[in-house]
Amino acid sequence: MTARSEMLIQESKLGLKTLTIKIKRYDPEKNRFRTSIYRMEVSRYDTVLDVLLKIVRTNDHTLSVRYSCRMGICGSCGMTINGKPRLACMTNAISLGEKIEIEPLRNFPPVKDLVVDLEPLFHKHKQVKPWLIRKDFEEQFNPKKEYLQKPEEVDRYRIFSMCIKCGICMAACPTVASNPRFLGPQPLSQAYRWIADSRDEGGLVRLEIVDSQDGVFGCHFAGACSASCPKNVDPALAIQFLRRLVMRR
Amino acid sequence: MEVLKYDLLILGSGLAGLRAAIQAAIVSKEKIRIAVISKLHAMRSHSVAAEGGIAGVLYPEATGDSLDLHAYDTVKGSDFLADQDVVELFVRFAPEELKFLDHLGVPWSRTPDGRIAQRMFGGMSIPRTAYAADKTGFFIMSTLYDNVLRFENIDIYHEHMATSLIMENGYVKGFTVLDLKEGVLKVFLGKASIIATGGAARIYGFTTVSSSVTGDGAAMSYRAGIPLKDMEFMQFHPTGIVPSGILITEAARGEGGYLINRSGERFMSRYAPQRMEVAPRDIVARAIVREIQEGRGFIHEESGLGYVHLDLRHLGEEKINTRLPFIRELSKKLINVDPVHEPIPVRPTAHYTMGGIHADTYGHIMFNSTDYVPNLWGAGEAVATSLHGANRLGSNSLAECVVWGRFTGESAARYAENASSSLLEVSSTVEEIFKREEKRLFDQMFKPELNAEDPYIIRQELWRTMDTYVYVFRDEKGLLEAGRIVRDLKDRFSRVRVDDKSRKYNMNLKEVIELGNMLDIAEVVIVSALARTESRGAHYRTDYPKRDDVNWLKHTLAYYTPEGPRLDYIPVRITRWKPEERKY
Ligand SMILES: Cc1cc2nc3c(=O)[nH]c(=O)nc-3n(C[C@H](O)[C@H](O)[C@H](O)COP(=O)(O)OP(=O)(O)OC[C@H]3O[C@@H](n4cnc5c(N)ncnc54)[C@H](O)[C@@H]3O)c2cc1C
Ligand code: SF4
Ligand code: FES
Repeated sequence: MTARSEMLIQESKLGLKTLTIKIKRYDPEKNRFRTSIYRMEVSRYDTVLDVLLKIVRTNDHTLSVRYSCRMGICGSCGMTINGKPRLACMTNAISLGEKIEIEPLRNFPPVKDLVVDLEPLFHKHKQVKPWLIRKDFEEQFNPKKEYLQKPEEVDRYRIFSMCIKCGICMAACPTVASNPRFLGPQPLSQAYRWIADSRDEGGLVRLEIVDSQDGVFGCHFAGACSASCPKNVDPALAIQFLRRLVMRR
Repeated sequence: MEVLKYDLLILGSGLAGLRAAIQAAIVSKEKIRIAVISKLHAMRSHSVAAEGGIAGVLYPEATGDSLDLHAYDTVKGSDFLADQDVVELFVRFAPEELKFLDHLGVPWSRTPDGRIAQRMFGGMSIPRTAYAADKTGFFIMSTLYDNVLRFENIDIYHEHMATSLIMENGYVKGFTVLDLKEGVLKVFLGKASIIATGGAARIYGFTTVSSSVTGDGAAMSYRAGIPLKDMEFMQFHPTGIVPSGILITEAARGEGGYLINRSGERFMSRYAPQRMEVAPRDIVARAIVREIQEGRGFIHEESGLGYVHLDLRHLGEEKINTRLPFIRELSKKLINVDPVHEPIPVRPTAHYTMGGIHADTYGHIMFNSTDYVPNLWGAGEAVATSLHGANRLGSNSLAECVVWGRFTGESAARYAENASSSLLEVSSTVEEIFKREEKRLFDQMFKPELNAEDPYIIRQELWRTMDTYVYVFRDEKGLLEAGRIVRDLKDRFSRVRVDDKSRKYNMNLKEVIELGNMLDIAEVVIVSALARTESRGAHYRTDYPKRDDVNWLKHTLAYYTPEGPRLDYIPVRITRWKPEERKY
């Protein structure tokens, strides 16, 4: 947390603050965006998701927001908040200042209000075969013993296994914005997650899939994915590792 | 009317639903067509929130653990309301499932020699809870979801919400399902179906569970004539963060965290001197509420809620970072408290639904103690196979989901392979139910009378009622009051309005449908709790503080009637462990 947000939380310790919330929302019936503005009283613990749900409850029942766990783990509530893609449930409201501007996640087709269509992401994710590929098919589905894996072997892929499929890295990625066929940071980091797992034997199959201009070679290393990922997955690092593996192949 | 036909329908994509889908695909050799239907994006199911771990006896030689000991802990934890044949089956298959998950790629926390690490959990007498840091549910969910993608015979329907169950001549034909993205109602027909829609703790306001946990599957089954079992047993987790209710995993105490009152005292020594903070949840939850009631807690400035402290400081930064990183992240982000330096404010929070749709040992759903719905199964928190009885032990639930996911996936797939295709015919019943649902959802709710009711006010009132009268301690007066209020809310709900008139992703409509389900479930919880004049496990009646095995060693079944639930009772199956007093 930045020093500034720390300070604001301190300031507000004794009470509520009134903020202006500006929401750019998509109207599917008219196929266009419009803006709604609300003034809301916010307490020091309220997240942006809390504020949105308070608007829905008390102010505007027609606003649609996708959410579920409200604890940063289900990946539902990605949206653009003051210009940056973030999880609404993990973003403290008061720390953003007097005015909050909210828009749907970029680089995905809007469905309604703040809800976007993530199917393109799920589809690309599936393309990299994100499951444990083994030759011992019988043992895999009828296990007799665990596959041993040392803690340091887990460490090799752990950060990449944290991905909650929220799409935030895809929304931040300039290459995804200009080339819709580019697999993008989420699927590529997942390709690496499975390759790096010592239990997996599908490395070559996956390297084949990512070895193209729409795969690892589409990436310009802008690093926006890693900077914005709420789970510190570091897709840019995964893509670098992948590229190295592809070149060595 | 759009009709989709499958051999097998799986409603719900949490741990239970996804595990069922994989097993059905494996045993049918990828031949039968399977639909997984989820009102969320499938991978966002509430199971991702599970933190602490999953139970199973893995290394008996090394730890001195045994299947019998796991079974005994579970039966004792259940306050002897578990069906013991179910428990024995469970402990036998749980270790298999942990290995299965390993073989799909779960990033377990490991011991130095590469085996699966296990930790201590409440009510378990030995460390037998396998874990993946403190995001066990998330890691298992994402591994199962990713593995479902490898099977070409499984179709996933994201953001498709079932609104009713289609019953005909005692068979389930399928479901009416609202496609949230498009805003159209569809019919799914299946030769066999599995309900895995999760629990119902969202009938409470102060709760750990995701917004999706609204008891839909249970409410739909109930309205279709299937009884709900043991719904008075709602688990309160001792440590919900104040003011949101979000969970601090039991692993925090399993790793050595203390509960402290206002005078700095580790008060568990008064309530469970031997097990202290790792006593079962019902006992710890009552201890915390007592401390608060007797003036030894703190009061939260903004919410006015009473609380105690969960102190992890003595564990040190390194242990907190490796074993409980998510807990640190959550409390820092949500309440600006770093557990390395400050204790976390906590109080009991609604967490788990021990009751559910009435099912037999293998998850086959039943009308009563003898008659089955021939082609319907259920798995996970939505159903009560009677594994948990009156109080579930932490980490038994994830294991339950995968064990019964496997059983039901297998049974339902075998049934579907041999079932008659007449089950997939669009009969007049199907058409009628579809028309009734369309009218209910789109006509009645969208075109309400003047002075129609605001659903969000009704929901707020429901939450306040449950949080006040149907919490850790209950009594007759409070339950009667709660019953009166909820009946009134149901009456108001019949005049509810949906303000949003758009079809696509109409969250307002979705939340109204969920509210209808929550009201039905809340009424069952209250009526079942009022009838049970004893204290057992999570159900504690201050006016009947003793367990009463003579009159109440039995399961409650609640049947739908237009006037409210009708109750019936069936015996508990006791095999090896005779009821004894529960001491920790
Ligand atoms: C914060 C937290 C931590 C926990 N930690 C642990 C732990 O460490 N160990 C443990 O053993 N247990 C734990 N539990 C309990 C455990 O997580 C749950 O009991 C378990 O995940 C339930 O899984 P499920 O598959 O039955 O349901 P869920 O995961 O809730 O899935 C329900 C599914 O049904 C779908 N659904 C619901 N209604 C409809 C409808 N109308 N139409 C279509 N789809 C629908 C949802 O979309 C979802 O896919 C925890 C619970 C919480 C709240
Ligand atoms: S890599 Fe990070 S930002 Fe991208 S989808 Fe996964 S969790 Fe979200
Ligand atoms: S609501 Fe689940 S990540 Fe925000």
